[in-house]
Amino acid sequence: MRDNSYSAVMARRNQIMKSAVGLDYSQFESGGIGFDYEGMMAATGLSMPQVTEVMRSFNVGDTPLLELRNITALARRYAPEGFGARILVKDEACNPSGSFKARRAALSVHMAREMGYRGVITATSGNYGAAVVSCCAKAGLKCIVVQECYDSRGVGQPEIIEKARKCEALGAEVVQLSVGPELFYVFLRLLEDTGYFNASLYTPYGIQGVESLGYELTEQCRQKFGRAPDMVVATNAGGGNLTGTARGMQKAGCGAPVVAASVDLKGLHMASDTQFNRKSFTTGHTGFGMPFSTWPDRSDVPRSAARPLRYMERYVTLTQGEVFYMTEMLSILEGMERGPAGNTSLAAAFCLARELPQDALLVVQETEYTGAGKHQNAQLAFAREHGITLRVGDPAEQVPGQSIVLPEHPGQLRAAEVDLNRLRRSLIHRALTDSKDMPGEADLAFLAAETRTSPAFVRQVITQLLEDDNETK
Amino acid sequence: MAKQGDWVLIKSTILQPDQRAPQVPGDTAGVPLVQWVKGRLTADADIGQPAQVITRTGRLVSGALVEEAPAYRHSFGSFIPELLKVQEGIRRAMWGGEDRP
Repeated sequence: MRDNSYSAVMARRNQIMKSAVGLDYSQFESGGIGFDYEGMMAATGLSMPQVTEVMRSFNVGDTPLLELRNITALARRYAPEGFGARILVKDEACNPSGSFKARRAALSVHMAREMGYRGVITATSGNYGAAVVSCCAKAGLKCIVVQECYDSRGVGQPEIIEKARKCEALGAEVVQLSVGPELFYVFLRLLEDTGYFNASLYTPYGIQGVESLGYELTEQCRQKFGRAPDMVVATNAGGGNLTGTARGMQKAGCGAPVVAASVDLKGLHMASDTQFNRKSFTTGHTGFGMPFSTWPDRSDVPRSAARPLRYMERYVTLTQGEVFYMTEMLSILEGMERGPAGNTSLAAAFCLARELPQDALLVVQETEYTGAGKHQNAQLAFAREHGITLRVGDPAEQVPGQSIVLPEHPGQLRAAEVDLNRLRRSLIHRALTDSKDMPGEADLAFLAAETRTSPAFVRQVITQLLEDDNETK
Repeated sequence: MAKQGDWVLIKSTILQPDQRAPQVPGDTAGVPLVQWVKGRLTADADIGQPAQVITRTGRLVSGALVEEAPAYRHSFGSFIPELLKVQEGIRRAMWGGEDRP
């Protein structure tokens, strides 16, 4: 009889993961801080044309790149003379399951089938669940989706309930849990009991799938506008969207800056039972974006393929009210209803466009489907029922978990800049764990790549950290 | 009474408060980790009583019967006047004081 206590199952996690992902992560380890990231990313053995072929076999990708002419015109009214880039959006809601996550799922489900797994499990409360189920439906594989859905009173977040419905509509078994990080424990037990494949969001398969998005949008810009994009904005949570997109752009020969955008949920604890239903965004927010940027390996695989600080040029945050406002703008000016969370990058783009000249191409690299539960009306009604104050005013006055302020006019939208060096220092600090020594050259180079800086910068940060450490003693 | 073979929702406790992960915040640590699963009943059962189901992937799961023929009740929510106000403001900012024909 297996010991299924929390501690015993957690102690078996590496062993469970190894058989559930079909990838031995130890082969990429260096023994120090660093590991062979590019070696791991090459583990799929698939070239970009092969990845595209897999995408097409699931009817994923090849989504339209649309120019948002009215939103561009409006942004220009709030920009200096000659400024206000052309805002384009990659309409990823056109994927079979309604979001870019289809790309992340397609390669994973393809690998699961190739390796002979009978089923697939994924732990997600987001669009990724429907994406995995959609591909499993096509591949004839069984599928279980594990969600964090309810608080301890049994009150469910409407967006997550909608995603459960969609997963069930496409044929999945959905396991719903109350709030807490022990979801991972339930997930591990399910993997062990079923022997299914772990379609983690953070394997090389998942991220290489997203590379097709960056590659595609670059090629589409060239075809439609005769040039590569000048800036790309990606909504950032676990980091895979940004990582995959940037890598795909690079593979298409485009080095344009990639900007991360998250909804600011500062002050809300993600594992808190009482705060769970006080947020109106279940993804695309800083509650995931910050910790996953500074510690990518907190994910459900030994080494995450999503390492956003390697690719991020800037990181901006928007308020919940600003993103809801932008979602309304997309409806009322462009005639497109798309889900709120995916429009975080659109809200950022509306602000960033004002910094770029009018002939620049600014690409918002995703949209997502909307509907009952997910829609801004559903989210705001739910927030109001739970005592959140909602008003129209200055969005800068909002307090996450207490109030949502919808802007009065477009000029109030502000993309707040995150200090990337603070995140970089935090990543380096975390990587050192308890070490009291300066790492060797190889690890310094690894950390420089991890933070998109130089070994000299990393050395300086560590020197400071060690000095501070000595002073506290 | 739900009959054998009916499609139902069951609920079970996975971890009691004293079994929860050490890192969870105080409010979460004070409540159990609960799981909800849907499936077909393996035997007749009453609401609130112990029940066992076969899930869509063929797993046998036990818990307490919560709902027969479980429905989706999420919606677009009640009317939010602020969203209408925002839409009107955006149209004005774009097209001017009068809505363009």
